[in-house]
Amino acid sequence: MSQLAPLAVAVPLVVAAVLGIGHAVLGRIVADIVAVLTAALTLVMTILLLIHVGPGYSVYWFGGWHPRAGVAIGVAFQVGAIGAGLAAFVSLLMVLALVYSTRFIGVQAPRYHMLMLTFMAGMVGFCLSGDLFNMFVLFELMSVSAVALIGYRIQQQSALEGALNFAVINMIGAFLFLIGIGLVYARTGALNLAQIGATLAHAGNDRVIVIAFTLIVSAFLIKAAVVPFHFWLSDAYAVALAPVCLLLAGAMSEIGLYGIARVYFSAFAPAIAPQGTSALRTILVAAGLITALGGAAMALVEDHLKRMLAFVTISFVGVFLFGAGLLSEDGVAGTSIYVLGDGFAKALLFACVGILQNRLGAVGQRRLHGRGRPLCVIAASFFAGGLLISALPPFGPFLGKSMIDDAALKQGLDFVPPLLMIISALSGAAVLRAGARVFLGWGESHDEERDSADEETSAETEQLYDHTPAVMLIPTIALLAGAIGVGAWYGMADLATTAAHTFVDVSAYRAAVFGGARQLGAASSAAPAWFDYVYCAGAVVLAVLIAALGLFSRRIGAAAERLVRAAHVGMEPIRRLHTGRVGDYAAALALGVGILAALMTLTLG
Amino acid sequence: MSVYPYLIAVWLFGVGLWGVINSRNYLHLIMCLMVVQASTYVLLLSIGYVNHGTAPIYQGISTKALVVDPIVQALTLTDVVVEATVVALLLGLVVQASKRFGSIDPDAIVRMRD
Repeated sequence: MSQLAPLAVAVPLVVAAVLGIGHAVLGRIVADIVAVLTAALTLVMTILLLIHVGPGYSVYWFGGWHPRAGVAIGVAFQVGAIGAGLAAFVSLLMVLALVYSTRFIGVQAPRYHMLMLTFMAGMVGFCLSGDLFNMFVLFELMSVSAVALIGYRIQQQSALEGALNFAVINMIGAFLFLIGIGLVYARTGALNLAQIGATLAHAGNDRVIVIAFTLIVSAFLIKAAVVPFHFWLSDAYAVALAPVCLLLAGAMSEIGLYGIARVYFSAFAPAIAPQGTSALRTILVAAGLITALGGAAMALVEDHLKRMLAFVTISFVGVFLFGAGLLSEDGVAGTSIYVLGDGFAKALLFACVGILQNRLGAVGQRRLHGRGRPLCVIAASFFAGGLLISALPPFGPFLGKSMIDDAALKQGLDFVPPLLMIISALSGAAVLRAGARVFLGWGESHDEERDSADEETSAETEQLYDHTPAVMLIPTIALLAGAIGVGAWYGMADLATTAAHTFVDVSAYRAAVFGGARQLGAASSAAPAWFDYVYCAGAVVLAVLIAALGLFSRRIGAAAERLVRAAHVGMEPIRRLHTGRVGDYAAALALGVGILAALMTLTLG
Repeated sequence: MSVYPYLIAVWLFGVGLWGVINSRNYLHLIMCLMVVQASTYVLLLSIGYVNHGTAPIYQGISTKALVVDPIVQALTLTDVVVEATVVALLLGLVVQASKRFGSIDPDAIVRMRD
């Protein structure tokens, strides 16, 4: 069964190559069917792998290079339940995205399908890999495919700019990653995560290891788009095709965070824990909360629907970084549930925006004002998505959020649940307000005000549909069902806790890799307490209130109007930082890495 | 093994990044990015270097001979291949920018957006 892991990466790559060879003869229908079937096959393989892994690990050594005398030299895929689960989630989103894009306007077969399949192979492989350098290569495969997909509609200037910004910033991230790998190798002589962990357990910590860890974490933070590494994200998401956004927002950012947790728990924890754990936790938690708050606030002042959702994505990346950054078993469990539930919900919102584009040919809230009225199903899905991301009990995002709240309380971070409530409410309010403007025509309309931001995506769809194609509607409904289903079945929380239990146990991981596997049991998590319901219901109510304030400030009174205007004026300097100039983004990146390196060497070294 | 190769790697990374931050031309920017990349080559190769070591090919020499580390050389080669792909893609994008919009100045492209 462990052969499934390499096959889940090799099959999509081979099919992509075959599609490329046959591009002259393959029509769009053939390419669509082949691509969907390949993604579905990958999904089946990753689910089988997930079942096979259970609470333990599955290890596959390439070329049969097993460890000898307790030293691992070979390259391996080392799959735990969290990695396999994330890979299955990526494949599921890819199946839905490919079905969704069969009728999407502006997609060229089979180039688009090739890129999507390589993108999936990179992400799946990254989740399964247990070798630092392999992670780097697959990380790059993922980035290159993403660059090509973001710049897909090259005739638009903004697409070109988004792709270039993404490519340059992520390439710098890749160099940081590689330098980190080189330094780790210099100190430990190993690239295998388990072997690095084993060596560090003996050798202990030193400054080179801390710098290496900082650089690797920075690379992942860039991919995950944590403040101040986030600037590329809104430019890229605004221009990518909606089905591509499904994957970018639903999975790619989260994969960066998975990378941080993976290298920490599997390789660096023996050197950093226990004396450095609390310092590292403080750094990650603080970065997460700043990102969450900043992203949510930016989402509220953004008119362009995709850009708004991009900032919602950034905000949730912050929340996930907070959850994973608690560096505890419950933190990881809660984050993985939250990633699933919220990933479905964000993908759902992007799917709705894509349908709007195909039907109405615009993505600016002001330009779409009230024009979405006839689209009842899409409207219902969009509002459901808005309520879900503000953590409506008892669905997917609620379950994840309450688990993270509990994990934070266990660490004594009492201020966190109310803060997370406000953050969820702000993101939810941005989505609900946009929905009310577009689908209900509430709030002031600005007919005379043609938004420049709107121009950039209006040409995405040349000829518009007068009804929503079923192949676009069905994946949208499936995403909604996913977001609801994650929380509706409570067994999910126990599964995630079991998976997290294995994930954070570095000695069990090493035992699995070097043979003599220890038996790992199932773990369970406590059900959400009454205050979890209160906080999450509070977030939903607050989201509705903030959305109403934004929509009807003029009618409510002068005080409300002044408040809204003050919020906009207050956000203006932050908005201006998003210049679209890649040089500015690189400067912010350098600053961020510098701060991170200073903090880490002072506290961990 | 002396400290100079590491200093050179840091220097290359720094000047490359400085160039990326201040570049007014996409072509120049990509060249700066390749300077940053060169720092990773220097770093990786110096990590594997052994004084008086020979090439890690055991044909015709004793298996006990002192050789440099082949792993980092393999990493460097893979790095060259991977980044060549990215640079090719980036240059392709720049060619498109020049063809379609008549400018490869990042600032000019941003101004057109406003």
